Amino acid sequence: MSTDQYKQSFWTKYIWSTDHKIIGIQYGITSLVWLLFGFGLMMIMRYQLAYPDTPVPIVGALLGEGGLLPPEMYNSLGAMHGTIMIFLGVVPLAFGAFGNYFVPLQIGAIDMAFPKLNAASYWTYFAGSVIMATGFFVPGGAANSGWTSYPPLSEIATMGQTVWLIGMVMLITSSLLGSVNILVTVIQLRTDGLTWMRLPIFVWTQFITAFLLLLAFPPLEAAGVLQLMDRVVGTSFFMPSGLVVTGEVMTNAGGGSPLLWQHLFWFLAHPEVYVLILPAFGIVAEIIANNTRKPLAGYKALVYAMVFLAFMSFIVWAHHMYITGMGTSIGAFFQTTTMIISIPSVVILTALLLSLWGGSIRFNTPMLFALGFIPMFGIGGLTGLPLGLAAADIHLHDTYYVIGHFHYVVAPGTIFALFAGIYYWFPKITGKRTNELLGKLHFFFSLIFMNGVFMPMFIQGLAGVSRRLADGGQTYAHAADVIYLNEVMSYSAWLLGLAQIFFIINMVISLFGKKTGEKNPWDATTLEWTDTTSPPLGHGNFEIVPKVYRGPYEYSVPGEKQDFTPQSKKV
Amino acid sequence: MDIPYTVKNRPDTGLYNGKLGVWLFLASEVMLFGGLFSAYIFLRTGVDDWPAGTEYLDVPLATLNTLFLISSSVTMVMSWASLKLNDFKKYKLYTLITLLFAFGFLVIKYFEYSAKFAHNPPYLPSTNNFLGIYFTMTGLHVLHIIGGILVIGYFYGPGSKMWNSDPERFTNRIEIVGLYWHFVDLVWIFLFPVLYLL
Repeated sequence: MSTDQYKQSFWTKYIWSTDHKIIGIQYGITSLVWLLFGFGLMMIMRYQLAYPDTPVPIVGALLGEGGLLPPEMYNSLGAMHGTIMIFLGVVPLAFGAFGNYFVPLQIGAIDMAFPKLNAASYWTYFAGSVIMATGFFVPGGAANSGWTSYPPLSEIATMGQTVWLIGMVMLITSSLLGSVNILVTVIQLRTDGLTWMRLPIFVWTQFITAFLLLLAFPPLEAAGVLQLMDRVVGTSFFMPSGLVVTGEVMTNAGGGSPLLWQHLFWFLAHPEVYVLILPAFGIVAEIIANNTRKPLAGYKALVYAMVFLAFMSFIVWAHHMYITGMGTSIGAFFQTTTMIISIPSVVILTALLLSLWGGSIRFNTPMLFALGFIPMFGIGGLTGLPLGLAAADIHLHDTYYVIGHFHYVVAPGTIFALFAGIYYWFPKITGKRTNELLGKLHFFFSLIFMNGVFMPMFIQGLAGVSRRLADGGQTYAHAADVIYLNEVMSYSAWLLGLAQIFFIINMVISLFGKKTGEKNPWDATTLEWTDTTSPPLGHGNFEIVPKVYRGPYEYSVPGEKQDFTPQSKKV
Repeated sequence: MDIPYTVKNRPDTGLYNGKLGVWLFLASEVMLFGGLFSAYIFLRTGVDDWPAGTEYLDVPLATLNTLFLISSSVTMVMSWASLKLNDFKKYKLYTLITLLFAFGFLVIKYFEYSAKFAHNPPYLPSTNNFLGIYFTMTGLHVLHIIGGILVIGYFYGPGSKMWNSDPERFTNRIEIVGLYWHFVDLVWIFLFPVLYLL
């Protein structure tokens, strides 16, 4: 059981490892690098938006003639920013990294159910991400038809789109392997006494996320295969008859439907929204329970709300497609389901908010990020309601309002939760503490500048400024009154970039700091804190596999000596 | 320390890990092929003239292929049942027959495909959307067949050594491969009428 039964070289221990913790760290580091890269693309784009047709400083030489960012390259950066942030950054971090590392620890398992499959899943993700990146070096540059890749534009696009599709098929395969693994692990490997209603909320969120990935991603894989056929073999699945491109009639057989892609794409991409947000709920719930020193409000309501949310997420997809000319009765159906799906989200947010009531709150860095998550996600969620109603959506569709809405959900929402998770579990992963001052600086500056970037988008969007304009709307009269906000947003974005330096420095100096040897620095109740060392043992995790006797959030139980009662403490 | 329930069933679920894993994998496969069947319906209902399958495709050959796959599913179950009855020789025999049926399917598919390409004018995926979706769906199905052949072939050859060291686990593995193989068979049962007959 101990790690030194057999000698391991650096390669077998850290690179080709099948230990879920190492794979989790591999996922974490890779996805953080991609997040930084995707953010870098955006900082370049924001320069072009604030100062169109002026040379981009620092990286200008890489871009184009005279350091300018050409419009077609702006499109590339936009498409790749979206793809990278979602598929290479947030999902692998939330699901691959956190899920891999903490689900087995929290359920008292010695590893994932299929360790080799786990490694295969990471390396498929890694290969897919490298393939994605090679798109930048093919003729015509990376995919430039938006992260949604709508045909027919994506069908006549340059070679980068083919690379994008191959990369996506790899990523989908990776997430399929990962989700099967998490599902089997949670169903089969829960330790004795860990019944479903004693699972930490984090495990529940990973479990439900895995179901979404398992069932929602394959239709996009089907769509990706069909688009590949269109592009490579010359079929016309998404090509309508008689399409004219720059004055020339396309020669393909025709008879296909661009709408078909939209349906298959959004059938994935709406559940994908919940793939992005559910792990964030889980992390925030853990941290709030721990730092208010009281049980979560409405544990069962949270669980049922999340399960319901996941089911509903499969029947709301066409609310992304109101302007495609769908009939009013179909529109009514999807508006209704969209309004219904907001109910469980509100239940979850309310439960988290009520959990604060009467708690003796500790304002440490993870808690600050978790607290920041609640209003930021709230803004993101509430601004989504007008988009769910066709009448309002027809005005707001494809404007910056939409961009503001989903960024509030994902950036100050999910990414704040992920930062919270990193600060919260850093002592467990490394056995060391992070610097509180740097962490707090990171939080407050990030909070300010996140809002500086995304709040003005609502104003521009309501004024009607469209997304995906390489000049930020300069040529439109209706944008004239709000165009000055481009500079505000761009400066905020760059300052937000600078604020992340606090995070990077914090990680580096904390990693080189000395071990505290504390097993459970936050006085938490769940198994990963109470029954493992920091960091946990190599293969095997636990000295003695723990048994579970109680629920996950028994904080401040009357009559107990401590204000936390570990799940593994005998009744 | 070993991961629990790799061989024995977990009492409350009645499953071992691999079996649950393959069922979940098949669920996602249902969504994959479901997406393609939906695409087929969407494309077909979206145009006025959709050719009948018989205009392009060879129904007798496909019928023979259907028989091949159904028979191979039967022999697949027989090979697993033989292991359950501790009869390794019979396992080998039935697995060999399964493989032969699977290869037979591929050979017939090869003749079907090459007849399309050799036709004058050639019937290519780009000719029209019927042929496009035909080649895409059957092509993806053929890839699944090839994947199945590789795995079954492995357990016929080098993989079968596990029978001597851990027979129970080996039997489980054959059960899992069988589940996958029945699924691939089932996909064809849907593909055949949808593409050839309707």
